[in-house]
Amino acid sequence: MDAAAGVPNVSLSAYLGVGALLFAIAVIGIFLNRKNLIVLLMAIELMLLAVNTNFVAFSSYLGDLHGQVFVFFILTVAAAESAIGLAIMVALFRSLNTINVDELDSLKG
Amino acid sequence: MYAQSLLFYVFSACTLLAALRVITARNPVHAVLFLVMAFFSAACLWMQLKAEFLAIVLVLVYVGAVMVLFLFVVMMLDVNIDRTRAGFWRHLPAALLVAFAIALQLWLVLSHGSWQTLAGNPGLKGSNTAALGHLAFTEYLLPLQVAGAILLVAIIAAIALTLRRRKDVRRQDPAEQVAVRRSDRLTLVSMPAEPRAATQRKEG
Repeated sequence: MDAAAGVPNVSLSAYLGVGALLFAIAVIGIFLNRKNLIVLLMAIELMLLAVNTNFVAFSSYLGDLHGQVFVFFILTVAAAESAIGLAIMVALFRSLNTINVDELDSLKG
Repeated sequence: MYAQSLLFYVFSACTLLAALRVITARNPVHAVLFLVMAFFSAACLWMQLKAEFLAIVLVLVYVGAVMVLFLFVVMMLDVNIDRTRAGFWRHLPAALLVAFAIALQLWLVLSHGSWQTLAGNPGLKGSNTAALGHLAFTEYLLPLQVAGAILLVAIIAAIALTLRRRKDVRRQDPAEQVAVRRSDRLTLVSMPAEPRAATQRKEG
């Protein structure tokens, strides 16, 4: 309806640009927070969000619902991943009393 | 549809700013809260793309469950912030270089593809949730079951990793109490009888 009116709408590449920037920010976050495991996990969540945004944008602009089903499964796996990651972190903190990546250098837990 | 463009720019700016604050926040609790904000704005973006079901799922599942779990863990762990912040900005140039390269590549490849995008109003007709459910329960039935199995495995793994049997607490074990036998508690000793007078003299 808006294209008929000749008003510029938000294009697909705008959404893709947001996804790319979000992914880049997450990459910077992994570089900066290389000592803090919690923020590393959060940066991974941001990456997944960027990927999901791309999926949803393509799904919407190409009129294909399969992309959204894919996002659904990515969300499932990401939830499982973060639950297990946090459980590992809690177990690590209990035995070593730290989650600083620099101090986690021995194989013997 | 200037309002739609305006909303897009507002929500994407919110998402990106919140993401920036996530990776630079000093306090991990603030980082989690900014991540919640990023998820909310991204859900609004998805809503604009007419992916209503996924937008709601993102808020319910991600903000409601996963982020709360993050918040619990962050508050439970006593993290020494100063030690994890040491040399924080040291690798910024390399990070900027890599991130710029990745963003440029992504944007170049993705936005210059030869896709036949739908003209005009993006999005699909009809109920998004119904269409998604129809697809998930017909064509993607097996992957759906596998996703359920993955969640079950995740539950078991998370519990197994964090379950801890404390050694310093005394507690009853009913199974052991019921299964006890007479020979475990009682020992019959065969000995000659003592004369009664001897014990009386001892007492007296």
